[in-house]
Amino acid sequence: MRVMAQMAMVMNLDKCIGCHTCSVTCKQAWTNRTGTEYIWFNNVETRPGLGYPRTYEDQEKWKGGWERNKRGRLVLKGGGRFKKLLTIFSNPKLPSIGEYYEPWTYDYSTLTDAPAQEHTPVARPKSLISGNDMKIEWSANWDDDLGGSTATAHRDPMLQKISDKVKFEFEQTFMFYLPRICEHCLNPSCAASCPSGAIYKRAEDGIVLVDQDKCRGWRMCVSGCPYKKVYFNHKTGKAEKCTFCFPRIEVGLPTVCSETCVGRLRYIGLMLYDADKVLEAASTEDDHGLYEAQREVFLDPFDPDVMREAEKAGIARDWIEAAQRSPIYALINTYKVALPLHPEYRTMPMVWYIPPLSPVVDVVQETGEDAEDKGNLFAAIDALRIPIEYLAELFTAGDVGPVDAVLKKLAAMRCYMRDINMGRDPDGTIPAAVGMSEEQMYDMYRLLAIAKYDERYVIPPAHAEQAHSLEELATECSVSAYGGGQQDLFGEGSGVPTPIAVENFQMLQDRQTADTLASPADKGARVNLLNWDGKGSPAGLFPPRKKDS
Amino acid sequence: MNEFLFVVVPYICLTTFVVGHLWRYHYDKFGWTTRSSQLYENRLLRIGSPLFHFGMLGVVGGHIIGLLVPQSWTDAVRISEHSYHVVAVTGGLLAGAAALAGMVILIYRRRTVGPVFSATTRMDKVMYAFLAVVIVLGMWNTIAGSIMTIGGEYNYREGVSVWYRSFLAFQPDASLMASAPLGFQLHALAAFGLFALWPFTRLVHVFSAPVGYLTRPYIVYRTRDEQLGSHQPRRGWDRISQ
Ligand code: SF4
Ligand code: SF4
Repeated sequence: MRVMAQMAMVMNLDKCIGCHTCSVTCKQAWTNRTGTEYIWFNNVETRPGLGYPRTYEDQEKWKGGWERNKRGRLVLKGGGRFKKLLTIFSNPKLPSIGEYYEPWTYDYSTLTDAPAQEHTPVARPKSLISGNDMKIEWSANWDDDLGGSTATAHRDPMLQKISDKVKFEFEQTFMFYLPRICEHCLNPSCAASCPSGAIYKRAEDGIVLVDQDKCRGWRMCVSGCPYKKVYFNHKTGKAEKCTFCFPRIEVGLPTVCSETCVGRLRYIGLMLYDADKVLEAASTEDDHGLYEAQREVFLDPFDPDVMREAEKAGIARDWIEAAQRSPIYALINTYKVALPLHPEYRTMPMVWYIPPLSPVVDVVQETGEDAEDKGNLFAAIDALRIPIEYLAELFTAGDVGPVDAVLKKLAAMRCYMRDINMGRDPDGTIPAAVGMSEEQMYDMYRLLAIAKYDERYVIPPAHAEQAHSLEELATECSVSAYGGGQQDLFGEGSGVPTPIAVENFQMLQDRQTADTLASPADKGARVNLLNWDGKGSPAGLFPPRKKDS
Repeated sequence: MNEFLFVVVPYICLTTFVVGHLWRYHYDKFGWTTRSSQLYENRLLRIGSPLFHFGMLGVVGGHIIGLLVPQSWTDAVRISEHSYHVVAVTGGLLAGAAALAGMVILIYRRRTVGPVFSATTRMDKVMYAFLAVVIVLGMWNTIAGSIMTIGGEYNYREGVSVWYRSFLAFQPDASLMASAPLGFQLHALAAFGLFALWPFTRLVHVFSAPVGYLTRPYIVYRTRDEQLGSHQPRRGWDRISQ
């Protein structure tokens, strides 16, 4: 047994209202620099839908993740080491910018600068890639709330798997939102695909990071990740991905997306797992067995053997205690309501989901029946094959059994709690019908419905003896290293390495104060008014005068 | 003059090459990348880039053999001058043609595809110019010098190659180069110019050719402490070694 700790997340999809607050705050914190305009470390997709980038789930096309070969060994679906090196000069499976979307801004100055005229001036969209006028045809969330889905949804790879039976018609629609971040997989295929070895998994907390100093821009990770959660920064020429907000996690704060989530549906906590079993579990023969196989990899933090081994492996006592209080452990193993996203990619993802009951509830409600009645809900779960099969394609490689079981638990909780809330006697047969005790059911309800901040986020801070390295403020690095004078020579971002910290993203400020669309051309020539002593007019005080001609 | 061109200039370029790389690696690991533009455009790149790179691998391999292996060695294993010549010229032509064609496609792409062009730095342009000159001159030497024998037969293995080895051994003999045809002289000078520019361009990515990938384990684990590279502990805060 080789015990390792993993920081993990669970999202309760029933509560997601699709507000995108998580995406926006994440973007403000991490990807608002030039070169990352199209990058959303956190994105929220409407399902059924094509996702972002378009149809990323179609691994026959994109060849992400792992597969089990005929000899039962786990191999990269996109090809092994030799193939990677042979195709290194032009990656055959890299999504084009169009599959994500071409980022744009608007030419707002025409609104303010326009002379008096008969027609209202229009701010036209300008591409942030080429700087030219562009036609907006796609975005990270184009099919939001099923908008335009009659035209596009049939291309949803998950719907295609079951859609011999489904015609996508609005009358029989169901939908829900799927917020996605990097899965911080136990067996990350992005890291395995990186020729430079720049992507690594942190031994302490399992967070998967890209070493910006070692990345050489080969882009193999982008193809290797089946979730398409590594992105290529087209200005710096380096790969970037969700960092699980490690500077925050290290000081015990939840990620930005969790902190700001309006639905309070995200849970963060530790999982202990047996690193020796990962490969074997990922090589499980049957796709349907992968969910259970991954659960087998997790270790019981209350087991004295596990605790002893964990301490031997250098995991601190307070971390083990945090693993015992972990809401993730409760949701995945105790209540078994959380499921992994696409276990069939065999990367052993560590952001799990509680599938939404709402498509079922909606249908029952529409028929005018009582949507909090156990009989009605259970019957609907049995009858509504299409939404359930769809959820199964997402969370259990198509096996409807576990999805059924989870939805019935959620339905049972709904009915059981209604009795309590209405002041009636709780009905013990309801939890029993889904194999739970009344007490367990109540605890699960507490965790899902009213858990407070410190119950949803159980994050032990990294250790004080390492405190110096954890300072969020980069006290020893000059901030001005970013976007320094060498831009033109080596490309944007060249210069002295700067640790990732929010404070260092001076490019944000440059960008927001720039006059041009991407990087300002005359930045070096401007005078900082705060330093100006008021005497005379140094060069650059005023913008260059336009030549009269 | 010959001393200057074929001794002083090459050594200056070589020094710039070495010191420049050390400097850049030390101060600009973050800028050390291929700066790929595949995200912007893929159709032309898919043809041009492998053509160019594989061609260049062949060209470089050919140069290593041609410049570093003395004629006496091949004579010793009874490879006749003629058969060596045939193999070298055919190989060189094929590789050179691939590299040249690839480069033409890539430069065309760089100029005509808007986003790619606007991502092109000044240094890129200078680098492309040198690269193009070097490759074109190299092709000219192969075709004009070795096939059509314009300006008489010239066996570079008795001239340029010997000079190059003497140069690497720090006992340069400029007269060997001085007597070489103009095409070879220019090719060598342009190449040294390119070497001098090398550390300041995206060409540095050549030195990150990821051969280690073939042997390393798939998943890399690192502990948090190791990543302090850019974050030296302050004095008085030295970590206690365990
Ligand atoms: S989801 Fe994250 S950790 Fe997993 S393969 Fe993709 S980028 Fe790597
Ligand atoms: S902030 Fe929360 S509720 Fe809003 S979209 Fe994100 S995950 Fe859903």
